[in-house]
Amino acid sequence: MSADTADALVAAGTSQDDDRGSVERAARGVLAGIDPATTPTAEFLGACYDAGLAWVHFPVGFGGLGLPAGLQAAADAILAAGGRPDPFLNNPIGVGMAGPTLHGHADEELRAKLLRPLYTGEQMWAQLFSEPGAGSDLAGLSTRAVRDGDGWVVDGQKVWTSLAHLASWALLLARTDPDLPKHRGLTYFIVDMHAPGVEVRPLRQATGQAEFNEVYLTGVRIPDTQRLGDIGQGWNVAMTTLMNERSAIGDSALGRGSGTIADALGLWRDRPDLHSPALRLRLTDLWTQAEAYRLTGERARVARTAGPPGPEASIGKLVGAELNQKIYDFCMDMLGPEGTLYDSYDDPADTLQRRFLRARANTIEGGTSQILRNVLGERVLRLPGDVRVDTGKPWRDIPRG
Amino acid sequence: MSSEFAWSTEQVELRRTVRAFAAAASPQEEVRRLMASPLGHDPAVWSRLGEELGVLGLSADEEYGGAGDGLVSQAVVIEELGRALVCGPLLGSVILGATALGALNDTAARAELLPGLVEGRTSAALAAPLHRGGFDPAAVTVTATAHQHAASAGQTASPDGTTSPDGAATTGYTLRGSVPYVLDGAAADLLLVAATIGGADTDDDDGAVGLFAVNADAAGLIRESAPTMDLTRRQATVSFNDVPARLLAAAPEATAVLATTAETAAVLLAAEQVGAAQYLLDLSVEYARTRLQFGRPIGSFQAVKHLCADMLVLVEQARSVAYHGAWALDEGTDDPRIAASLAQSVCSRAFTQVAAMAVQVHGGIGFTWEHPAHLYLKRAYTDAALFGSAEAHQERLAQLVLDEAGAP
Repeated sequence: MSADTADALVAAGTSQDDDRGSVERAARGVLAGIDPATTPTAEFLGACYDAGLAWVHFPVGFGGLGLPAGLQAAADAILAAGGRPDPFLNNPIGVGMAGPTLHGHADEELRAKLLRPLYTGEQMWAQLFSEPGAGSDLAGLSTRAVRDGDGWVVDGQKVWTSLAHLASWALLLARTDPDLPKHRGLTYFIVDMHAPGVEVRPLRQATGQAEFNEVYLTGVRIPDTQRLGDIGQGWNVAMTTLMNERSAIGDSALGRGSGTIADALGLWRDRPDLHSPALRLRLTDLWTQAEAYRLTGERARVARTAGPPGPEASIGKLVGAELNQKIYDFCMDMLGPEGTLYDSYDDPADTLQRRFLRARANTIEGGTSQILRNVLGERVLRLPGDVRVDTGKPWRDIPRG
Repeated sequence: MSSEFAWSTEQVELRRTVRAFAAAASPQEEVRRLMASPLGHDPAVWSRLGEELGVLGLSADEEYGGAGDGLVSQAVVIEELGRALVCGPLLGSVILGATALGALNDTAARAELLPGLVEGRTSAALAAPLHRGGFDPAAVTVTATAHQHAASAGQTASPDGTTSPDGAATTGYTLRGSVPYVLDGAAADLLLVAATIGGADTDDDDGAVGLFAVNADAAGLIRESAPTMDLTRRQATVSFNDVPARLLAAAPEATAVLATTAETAAVLLAAEQVGAAQYLLDLSVEYARTRLQFGRPIGSFQAVKHLCADMLVLVEQARSVAYHGAWALDEGTDDPRIAASLAQSVCSRAFTQVAAMAVQVHGGIGFTWEHPAHLYLKRAYTDAALFGSAEAHQERLAQLVLDEAGAP
């Protein structure tokens, strides 16, 4: 975050001055007591958590101060400037999605047990949502959870699970009643990734890397205490997670010239031998689009002084994903024949070529651009939904393939 | 001083007030009546905006009748006037005239000329080449010739010359040349004119531009209304045949004043583009909800829904860069050249694309004369051409962001 941005956010609004003051004092207090440069990441983030600065809108004792979410920026600005490691990058699914989901739906005991190690990164998190047969149509998923005494037994296959091989815990959406219409037969759980029956296999992607995994669940036992929300309410709980996912992916750019546009600007700066008038105008256009994207993100951040992100957050994800692809298309075109080389598919270096290939997934992961346009159309603009063939039908009667 | 994108409660209220006023005083039937009238606007409505609502000079200093609120508030007003296509000399008087006058060092000229514009009693037009995205001194087509003459008794500062403080010899100027595409030029009470001082034989091509004031009734002034595609926006070709003029800013001040005017105009026009594009989005979404084909609302088809979603994205991004420009110019938080060119390159494209998409969502009805879509379509393409095309502004950005940054 640039200093200007931080100042602007710190300056936003005057009615919350007292609360802002206490957030800022708490943040300075953490930095006064412990030096992030010489402290292990988990220990430093633990101090932030204990000071209520993990999610300021969470209750006291659970990583928060019970203050409006908009004040998080005031804490982040001071802590980041003081050298705090980025807790989101440290445990993206945990901090970005599991934290808000646990806050909204888990009981006190579960939150007390899980939130702190989640924030410190001592326990990594993964998300068991997508399946080979349920991508955009997530609510059509097949993984079954069957009641068994004081718990549940889960069988199924999940896919596109990032960090599953490192995760201690995962968010799981499973079908508990196949006779109900698809959205109503789902229930939300958290799973111990070390439980018997959980098998993680790397999933190799077009770049040659395996950032993601397939997860096979075979007779996995989950105690009922690890259910979030009521039986059959899984879809509503999942919405909390997904809105935070889209927001997290869509709101990452900050300073002018930062983010993926930096790759194109850097290539332009470093390789005058590859300049041409046509590429110059194309890069300017991309820079302009990157600015419109960045400033819209800033506007959304200022607007979100309180409350969870709404469907508007989908604008950022949609635009950012398509922009990334255009930026790396530009880099490939500028590189010319050099761009046709690829150092290694076994262990690829972080080259522009690899980033170009990786960007193809940006318009698919976290909601395809087509689904996001539906979200904008139906939730923001309130346009009518499409005619559906699965409405009201029991899940087991819906064609799959 | 307020943080970027944090609109104050006063600004939210201001938007509501202007929207309500526009709905009552300038419904679409009235816009259509005025666009067919000789003058093109209702002076009574215009002066109500100036005197009753006080929204024509929000960024002008209070001592000249303005509110001293800054460009963000003025942008809010212009966004709402653009939304309703309210007819009036907005470009000539407010976006160009008041901006240029407000930037003058000459406080006497400001005190004399600005209050009338702010109150909506008088109107102005600016004859200066801004169509390349910024003020272009090389494109000035008027020359000013200086005349020394003795002061006559009782002469005061007036549009036909400048009186020196001791009342001795004065320098008067006459203008020659012709300027096309002068916005609101035919009916303006006051013409602000960029002219090259001393004619074409001067060595100093940049520094020799002056800014002059010409009265509507000056001898030798010929104004011809030009028929426009956008009937709600008037233009004229203004010719000067040895027209007496008053020097408002000499070189190099005039070039700086006009450069500032171009940047401010770029940002304020962007706000109009946002308001008009938002109206088209609202209109299109409403139509997509209610128009039935194949037994269902057309908005339930993804082909139409995604068009609307793309319009939303364009409008929201346009709003972000337009108001970034207003805040940046008010508070000096960005290079004004970059903020202005960013606003125009994004908002011109957004509004023209949204206008074309709005016609498409409406289908056949959107191409009829009775439907409002074509009024906005014409406004969109006109706006995009007025103060530099998106391409012209991108070329400026290329120079500022790529060429200068990359230079050793």
